[in-house]
Amino acid sequence: MIDRIASFGRSSIGFVISIGRAGQFLGGVLSGIPRPVTGFPLLLKQLYSVGVLSLAIIVVSGLFIGMVLGLQGYTILSDFGSEAAIGQMIALTLVRELGPVVTALLFAGRAGSALTAEIGLMKATEQLSSMEMMGVDPLRRVIAPRLWAGFIAMPVLAIIFSMVGIWGGMLVGVEWLGVFEGSYWGNMQASVDFRDDVINGVIKSIVFGFVCAWIAVYQGYDCVPTSAGISSATTKTVVYSSLAVLGLDFVLTAVMFGNF
Amino acid sequence: MEAKDLKVRAMGLGSYISLKDVVFSRSGRRIFNGVTVDIPRGKITAIMGPSGSGKTTLLRLIGGQLRQDSGSLTVDGHAISELRRKELYKFREKMGMLFQSGALFTDLSVYENVAFPMRVHTKLPEDMINDIVLMKLEAVGLRGARKLMPSELSGGMNRRVALARSIALDPELIMYDEPFAGQDPIGMGVLVKLIRDLNSSMGLTSVLVSHDVKESLSICHYACIIADGKVIGTGTPEELQAHPSEQVQQFLNGHPDGPVPFHYPSSAATEDFGLAGGAS
Repeated sequence: MIDRIASFGRSSIGFVISIGRAGQFLGGVLSGIPRPVTGFPLLLKQLYSVGVLSLAIIVVSGLFIGMVLGLQGYTILSDFGSEAAIGQMIALTLVRELGPVVTALLFAGRAGSALTAEIGLMKATEQLSSMEMMGVDPLRRVIAPRLWAGFIAMPVLAIIFSMVGIWGGMLVGVEWLGVFEGSYWGNMQASVDFRDDVINGVIKSIVFGFVCAWIAVYQGYDCVPTSAGISSATTKTVVYSSLAVLGLDFVLTAVMFGNF
Repeated sequence: MEAKDLKVRAMGLGSYISLKDVVFSRSGRRIFNGVTVDIPRGKITAIMGPSGSGKTTLLRLIGGQLRQDSGSLTVDGHAISELRRKELYKFREKMGMLFQSGALFTDLSVYENVAFPMRVHTKLPEDMINDIVLMKLEAVGLRGARKLMPSELSGGMNRRVALARSIALDPELIMYDEPFAGQDPIGMGVLVKLIRDLNSSMGLTSVLVSHDVKESLSICHYACIIADGKVIGTGTPEELQAHPSEQVQQFLNGHPDGPVPFHYPSSAATEDFGLAGGAS
């Protein structure tokens, strides 16, 4: 019994230490004055690799999720004769929840894992060490642009996801199942509030972007520089990011929409 | 040690790097247990020792990537462990390091790899950067390979480009981490020539970490052998060859058995083979 308590205590201390190290790491990355002349091209390059290259998976997933929502929504709502509310249902579901959450999960799988593997390999091949020895801080040169790129790209990707999803829902609901187009868009316009729904959704995706990018770059930077270490760090990135996104989503939803 | 110090002083060179009673542990393992070494200015010093004796760790201590637990370590009169982060990064501009793997940036071409330190640390115009990059690449014989990517280079070429990059800012000190490991005889010959030429033409202080005894002793002015967390022998190559310590002689001549035993510590063989008690 005492052994179990001791081992629980040990793992808890380990967890707190790793949180502390991740916080220290974040402080190191964000401290210092940004240098726009050298930093901006590096940021653009990372925005391309984590943002633009993630577009395909975001657009395709958004389209299918919107289409499935259209089908399911129509099936359920038509039982009550209220299939005209399908536009409202799809838009609220996407803007408030599925847009930010699914984008973040896809982002963790597509861009987060790539960031971890890239930084881990740079560590394993001593590229980060050689940068340090050249008097260049890898936290500023390698990590910071990737962290900021994730932070900026996520809300944009989430907005694109929701837009494509709404369009996919319309394809199924209006074009295929014959819901009146005016009521699809009209109900949506009447019920989706810009501040309460759209802005709150964007805030969620900003938080998710920050957390996912932080986890990804930290796991890469802190990994054991071997093939097994990089593989484990990549897995951890996806698992921790997904859990953090789902947990934070509950907290944010309770704060934003829980008018109890 | 004392003989070497006297020699260094007599030549009026002084130490560029000085370690005194340096103790360093990592993951509960004591790597250095009171290491004292002086590395003279403008000369090639080889740090040798068996694998796992902490040679690369010593370079990382000198470069400030690790900090000693106790003892003092100064480079050009500066106590490295007392420098603040910003000062340390500034100080490293005077150091070059050649990593065992080369550590070239895989997303940049050979040309851009060599230009990298200049682009970050200087405001030189592009045409001047171009001239310097070509000169550095010419020095390592790879001017013609400037457009290649690191993945298109052989191991030896990779290391030569890394060498060109590490001398891009004309450092005072250059550290070589196992430069000969995994090289074919020609590649090894090229690196030996480059290390010797760079030292004599640029007046660099060079620290060479290696366990290739023959090559290291052929180019170094001084050598130091580390084993079991301590310096077991130091002096000029000739002095080391005549060193009375059995451990030094075993390492230099590659004897399979000696003070470093052939057998890993184990229980008695009779016990493991089930012969205890005097079987027939």
